[in-house]
Amino acid sequence: MPEIATGPGNLKSLVLGQQDAADLDVEHELPSELMTVNMGPSHPAMHGTVRIVLTVDGERIVKGDVQPGYLHRCFEKESEYATYTQVFPYTDRLNYVSPMINNVGWAMAVEKLLGIGKEIPRRAEYVRVIVSEVSRITDHLTCVGASAMELGAFGPFLFFLKSREWLYTLLEEVSGARLTHTYVRVGGVAKDLPDGWMPKLLRRLDEIDGVMVEVETLLNNNKIFRDRMAGIGAFSREDTIRWGCTGPIARAAGVDYDVRKDHPYSVYPELEFDVPVGTTGDCLDRYLVRVEEIKQSMRILRQACAQIPDGPVMIDDPRCALPPKTDAYNTIESMIRHFKHIVDGIRVPAGEAYTFVEGGNGELGFFIVADGTGRPYKAYCRSPSFVHLATTQKLILGHLIADIVPIFGMINMIGGECDK
Amino acid sequence: MSQRVLDALKAKFGDAIVATESQHGDEVAVVKRDKLKDVATWLRDDKAMAFDTPVFVTCIDLLDWRPVKAPGKPSSTRPEWDGVAPRFEVCWQLRSLAHRHRVRLKVALAENDVKVPSLTPLWSGFEWQERETFDMYGIEFVGHHDLRRIYLYDEFVGYPLRKDYPKEKRQPLVRRPDLVGDH
Repeated sequence: MPEIATGPGNLKSLVLGQQDAADLDVEHELPSELMTVNMGPSHPAMHGTVRIVLTVDGERIVKGDVQPGYLHRCFEKESEYATYTQVFPYTDRLNYVSPMINNVGWAMAVEKLLGIGKEIPRRAEYVRVIVSEVSRITDHLTCVGASAMELGAFGPFLFFLKSREWLYTLLEEVSGARLTHTYVRVGGVAKDLPDGWMPKLLRRLDEIDGVMVEVETLLNNNKIFRDRMAGIGAFSREDTIRWGCTGPIARAAGVDYDVRKDHPYSVYPELEFDVPVGTTGDCLDRYLVRVEEIKQSMRILRQACAQIPDGPVMIDDPRCALPPKTDAYNTIESMIRHFKHIVDGIRVPAGEAYTFVEGGNGELGFFIVADGTGRPYKAYCRSPSFVHLATTQKLILGHLIADIVPIFGMINMIGGECDK
Repeated sequence: MSQRVLDALKAKFGDAIVATESQHGDEVAVVKRDKLKDVATWLRDDKAMAFDTPVFVTCIDLLDWRPVKAPGKPSSTRPEWDGVAPRFEVCWQLRSLAHRHRVRLKVALAENDVKVPSLTPLWSGFEWQERETFDMYGIEFVGHHDLRRIYLYDEFVGYPLRKDYPKEKRQPLVRRPDLVGDH
């Protein structure tokens, strides 16, 4: 039997039922013509809107040109014209499945420039960690659920979205909005957690434990799911580092890097959790890492709810805290302060700083240049989705068109964050 | 935190490091443009530095830079670096996984000469970030293999994140097939 050459340049597949070698020779000489196919911008499997111009040889991808930008809303330009507090609603719209983490990231960046990063009340820090971890769970639930659905497993998707809705309802109780929370403020958080909120959260976590068992039973040893995920879109440890990947994608390839552990911030050093690390760096490992991270986040939440101290949730610093409402209505000084705070914004001393937190997808950073006024001179967002989407063009090479779906699902590109 | 990176850079490259500063725990080294590639290569390959991870690329447009003087502190104005009054500062942020230190390399550019060497050949992760900076600020990365606009369309005129681009400006999209490649 003649040897069948495989490789990007000479792709042939063995046709089942071939009787003799002569037939195979004919198969060899079939000209393979490259074809260009558009995937997206509006495709059911493309979360958000992104376009991939594929060059395919039959079903195999020879080249993929990934084109983001369909959701570009000028986050950076708009931020230059908004006060530091007014940027919070914009950050909600970056990664819209875990907006709390974006809020925290922006607040920490401004606090670093103000030099008050270490003076945030401990209760506020705990509240931030709690809402961040709830957001991380919603992020992973969406990613894993949607990917499973795209591979034909509709049940896990519904189970996960049900759990996500429980958490969104809880976050809505905290902030007043289901999706665009704008809950964190420079110097603390907008208001304390409502009464009886934490017991409710803990009850929901117990229910989500059950959902996780359900979904893992459905997916982990599912032949179709494993066949579609294992060995697909693998990235080596070296490549992951060279491409700047962080978060679950880097950890799935064995890079033991988690901002919460490697550059600890907030009260994470006081909480015990493990960082799951994969070995193969393929889609299956990315899935397993995300599932384990959901469990670790729940572990953090249980500890944080037990350890959270009483106290204020806003720093007592007239530069960034609004005066109490009774003062604002009764004394002229407080009223002026309130007015200046809203109209002029928090005056941040001139300087520049890069601050990063562990977002749902990886290192989420904000680079701010301040010029001493109440508005950022420059605000840059280092969005993990953008960095990860850049690797897609390499990940899909040599795979089938159908493999784009799991690869893209596990990259978890969030349009709002990627396109800014 | 990683002051020793700056010290090592100064000891190794001397004049090529125009200035260094540390603020808020970030270390910044302003590098001469024609030495950037050497400095970056050394940072990546030296065992004690081992900056293996690219973090981000961006640019600061200094056109409107008139910082408010804080009471009791000297007013911070950008000095003339590399013999030019800078209009742009291009920043590359690097991180080392092994040593957990970070450094930000900067190159100052005059308004009429916006070419810098690309660091994409050294760190693949900079590919899209440099394209983004080109798209938004018009910085030309020499040696980048695929320098195209990334967020905006090819027909877009101007660079939206420059300070002289009005925020409210609108541009209708008029297709120009001569600008678009084979896609």
